[in-house]
Amino acid sequence: MIRFENVGLRYGMGPEILRDISFHIPERSFQFLSGPSGAGKTTLLRLLFLSLKPTRGLISVFGKDRSRISRTELPLMRRRIGIVFQDFRLLDHMTTYENVSLPLRVRGREESSYRTDVTELLKWVGLGERMHVLPPVLSGGEKQRAAIARALIEQPEVLLADEPTGNVDPPLARRLLRLFIELNRLGTAVVIATHDLGLMDQVDARRMILAGGKLDIYD
Amino acid sequence: MTEAPADARAHDEDFEDEFEDTPLQQQPPPRTQRKTAPIVPSQNVAGRALVLVIAIMTFLSCLTLGAVTLVRDTASVWENQISREATIQIKPADGLDMEAALETAARIAGEFAGVRATKVVDRQATARLLEPWLGSGLNIDELPVPRLVIVTIDENSPPDFAAMRQAITPKVPTATLDDHRTWVDRLVAMARTTVTIGTGVLVLMLAATVLSVVFATRGAMAGNGHIIEVLHFVGAEAGFIAREFRRHFLLTGMKGAAAGGVAAVIVFIVFSWWSSRNLATPEADQATALFGNFAIGANGYLGVAVIVAVIGALTAATSHFTVVNYLGDIDTHQPDGM
Repeated sequence: MIRFENVGLRYGMGPEILRDISFHIPERSFQFLSGPSGAGKTTLLRLLFLSLKPTRGLISVFGKDRSRISRTELPLMRRRIGIVFQDFRLLDHMTTYENVSLPLRVRGREESSYRTDVTELLKWVGLGERMHVLPPVLSGGEKQRAAIARALIEQPEVLLADEPTGNVDPPLARRLLRLFIELNRLGTAVVIATHDLGLMDQVDARRMILAGGKLDIYD
Repeated sequence: MTEAPADARAHDEDFEDEFEDTPLQQQPPPRTQRKTAPIVPSQNVAGRALVLVIAIMTFLSCLTLGAVTLVRDTASVWENQISREATIQIKPADGLDMEAALETAARIAGEFAGVRATKVVDRQATARLLEPWLGSGLNIDELPVPRLVIVTIDENSPPDFAAMRQAITPKVPTATLDDHRTWVDRLVAMARTTVTIGTGVLVLMLAATVLSVVFATRGAMAGNGHIIEVLHFVGAEAGFIAREFRRHFLLTGMKGAAAGGVAAVIVFIVFSWWSSRNLATPEADQATALFGNFAIGANGYLGVAVIVAVIGALTAATSHFTVVNYLGDIDTHQPDGM
């Protein structure tokens, strides 16, 4: 589904942050992306999310060469990839419901056509009671779940999550992990960037370890 | 590679219970639904500051425009009033029948195309003209006072003054024709200079307004960077994002511009009212002599409307280009954009 071949990336004239990265993210797969802080996990996620272009190598997303995807095509490709940011990126002037329905709203869909779906999803992630609350009132865990729900509302083929448990306590981290596993069972490929070894030990899944700009994969 | 779904070691059966809410029928009644929030929040400090800056700059621009319109109209009136008339002056001489000479000059002038009317300034009127200097009870015949014929001309197709001069001089040798050319030329030069300076001031004012509006809009947009990013990352097309911001800032711009424009129109109306209320007082006479009747006319009000519309459009266009540039930056220049 997403394939990297000898991908390298540097910012400007700086050193290469990622070197000769090659891997494949198959459909319905589940993997952790790990490594020390500053190893380039977020940068790799940005490459996966088509938010950066590699300085060398080949990236193929849904069968299309990244270098041939035009700027007008990017939004259409991104709709097939859900992303959960480490800092949630919820809009504070919108309620949980409005934040989660934002991806559908920007497609120009009528509210009546997605109201039920959004409500069901919010209940599924346990935010049914917090639907009409503004993000500043939500707890860290609730914000995280709202961000996950927003990434899922369009039923993406791949879900990328950047340190999704970085701001929550271990019990909630476990619950969020289960959410991802359940989602994976429903058919979405999941990539979780984390340096939480405890979290990774809870699931028997592929580990992609990024260190010194190189990627090692442990199936 | 792990193509099969992940195998959780924990008890997954608990999942349903972990996050699921109570069934729908047991939920409390829905809270009061508010109207769907706009994608771009309607008010923040930068937004309010932008409205204020736009209102002030529009007000000043409209006042400048009004002043320039007033000066231009007044200059035009001066020019037309002077050039609407010419004067034939006949000096007394020995053996000259002044009344006959006046009649002759008036008749000759009246025969020229482009002359609407001629009028001999009679004795009484001439005496009145000289009264400030020579006092009342003056007998015109006792003094060698020149007499005048006022020639009213069609300003659109003025007569040939040189030919008129040549026609009058043989019949009335002491007659001189003053077509006010010197005065008209000086007034026209002064009026044009005034209008040019006014236009220059207006251009500078508009340039300052444009720059203020552009930078204030960019300042207000800077606070919305996170919204652009989120919209971009949830798959919104650039056109959609730009449209949302354009619409929001068009409204903001129009709100500020309309406030400034209305304030300027109120000032014009108040001046006009003051001017008409104080008619025939020394202050108003002085102001009227300088600026006409303080009415800026339809063109002035139209100009105010145009300024308001242009500033609104400018605000919208600035937000549009800022969004487009920002989107370009997200995908190229921001290493820590995520």
